[in-house]
Amino acid sequence: METILEIKNLKTHFFTKAGLIKAVDDISFKIKKGEIVGLVGESGSGKSITGFSIIGLIDAPGRIVSGSINFKNEPLLNASSNRMQSLRGNRLAMIFQDPMMTLNPVLRIDTQMIETIKAHDKNISNQEAFRRCRDTLGLVGISSPEERMKAYPHQFSGGMRQRVCIAIAMLNKPDLIIADEPTTALDVTIQGQVIYEMQELCKKTGTALLWITHDLAVVAGIASKICVMYAGRIVEQGSVDDIINKPMHPYTIGLIKSVPSQNKKGEPLHQIEGMVPSMLELPIGCAFHDRCTKTIEKCKIEKPIETNQSDSRVIRCFNFKDIRK
Amino acid sequence: MTDILKVLQVSKNFVKPIDIASKVVNMFGNFYNQEVVHAVDNVSFNVTSGEVVGVVGESGCGKSTLGRMIAGILPLTSGKLDFHDQHYSGFDEGNYKHNSHIDLKIQMIFQDPFSSLNPRQKIIDIISEAPIHHKLISKKDKKYFVKDILNKVGLGTDAMDRFPHQFSGGQRQRIGIARALAVSPEFIVCDESIAALDVSIQAQVINLFLKLRQDLNLTYLFISHDIGVIQHIADRVVVMYLGQIVETASSDEIFSHPNHPYTKALLEGVPTLDTKKKIYTPIKGEIPSPINPPSGCYFHPRCKFSTNKCITDKPSYKEVSPNHFSACHLNS
Repeated sequence: METILEIKNLKTHFFTKAGLIKAVDDISFKIKKGEIVGLVGESGSGKSITGFSIIGLIDAPGRIVSGSINFKNEPLLNASSNRMQSLRGNRLAMIFQDPMMTLNPVLRIDTQMIETIKAHDKNISNQEAFRRCRDTLGLVGISSPEERMKAYPHQFSGGMRQRVCIAIAMLNKPDLIIADEPTTALDVTIQGQVIYEMQELCKKTGTALLWITHDLAVVAGIASKICVMYAGRIVEQGSVDDIINKPMHPYTIGLIKSVPSQNKKGEPLHQIEGMVPSMLELPIGCAFHDRCTKTIEKCKIEKPIETNQSDSRVIRCFNFKDIRK
Repeated sequence: MTDILKVLQVSKNFVKPIDIASKVVNMFGNFYNQEVVHAVDNVSFNVTSGEVVGVVGESGCGKSTLGRMIAGILPLTSGKLDFHDQHYSGFDEGNYKHNSHIDLKIQMIFQDPFSSLNPRQKIIDIISEAPIHHKLISKKDKKYFVKDILNKVGLGTDAMDRFPHQFSGGQRQRIGIARALAVSPEFIVCDESIAALDVSIQAQVINLFLKLRQDLNLTYLFISHDIGVIQHIADRVVVMYLGQIVETASSDEIFSHPNHPYTKALLEGVPTLDTKKKIYTPIKGEIPSPINPPSGCYFHPRCKFSTNKCITDKPSYKEVSPNHFSACHLNS
């Protein structure tokens, strides 16, 4: 299948007054057409910055230092800001975490939606744009979309607003949607609905989806591929079955074991010792070594490089072969 | 086993006062009513000593309001709260009489470890303030006392002279726990206490809760929207919807044989670590507004099984099997 997005050795660093923060440090992955890829990590692991790097929203003091991002064989890093603007919201779209903050509170939903279409297609008539907006709203499961389009964002509940955001992202049938924790701010029941809608839409329109989340369980059910990030690096990536059922990196193993349903009821949970390191003072060598149970001497000195286990499986660990035994 | 806490028909209404424009219109013969939110509506249950009771529900179902009333932060609108058969709840905001003996025995741990600690106090003062005020310890003992408590929650003694901003989220939550433990409570209300933490830190804090429960013989009311966590640590589960309890049962029972359609839907919606492509069959619609709740059973507009009876009659809360209560017309 055709590759939509290819990221190679991407490094996004922030040059702050307190020091250099390597928010994204040498990551590579691919997304194929219509594929759902889960990007999993804790807060501060650089997963959102990866999303922002793709869509070109890195502000000073941050800068993409090296690497390449190819979107449909077009390099995005050297693209002009005009070109990026014509891609954003058209071929590339993003859904943000907080649906309360992403919509403009003083504009009606229809204004905000039609704007998205008109920005990329000057020749479309108002009626035609309106019709497309209405149909898309219906598609994401909003009942009586024609009336609801005249409403303001505050008249919607959180789940409805997130659907409006999804609808806006879907409007121009993009090739790739980056969804940054789209369900974290929502209730369990509404989360189910949103996951369901997104899954259906990707199936119907052939849109690829990069789903950024901290919750492995959310992507386990829908993604075909998972990348696990820790301290700015992808420590393990592979197909969803491999990652969930046969994890190899000690961090992934720890994460999966610490999920309550994987433990006997009432017993202490499996826990990863220590805490997430500050990005300003990352440990020398493997960033995970002081929390890892399988540390060898080499981990404390050298940064592990990516090892291809198979075509789709990549691991950053010196020790994974022994761990597997 | 004795009941440590009895919650008897407790309700809490929040009233939105009518604004001046409506008052003027009312003078000319129109009639605007005050808007009343029934945040908690006639809720009763008991908590046995040493038990962990989990409260689950969507946002806005009143689970936090319930927790705050039990912790003595919010006065009740009606109903009764008994702690060790001693009445302690107040009704009126102004005349709220504190029974400090009981207030100390019930402590609360909050959701956000960033806003619940005073940023200008050192940890030693944060933890020792309440016990010194209540004369549980003397000022000169405070160092030993705080040292001991910090050890219990797994923080080093060097934490004592630092300020909250020097700690990470997980550590701050431990400080919040230490502060609650400082007055040697018997009952702890945890309101979404792990929701704001990172995944790998959540497990550590849950383990701390489990360990403290054993060491200090604590009873918890654990409020959470994370059903996986509730399943792991709760002995009994209370499911709330729009301010009312729809189902209560032991944790094993409720996860193996949920009775109420809402509970079933809630459990189905939880994402699991199952890699099989899951088809989500979500609950239709949104949570109705608690200002104008639906007639009859509050869940009927979203329920798959709703009948005419559900639209008109309110279901009674009945025992469907031993110690398993549910409020649904399907049971009759």
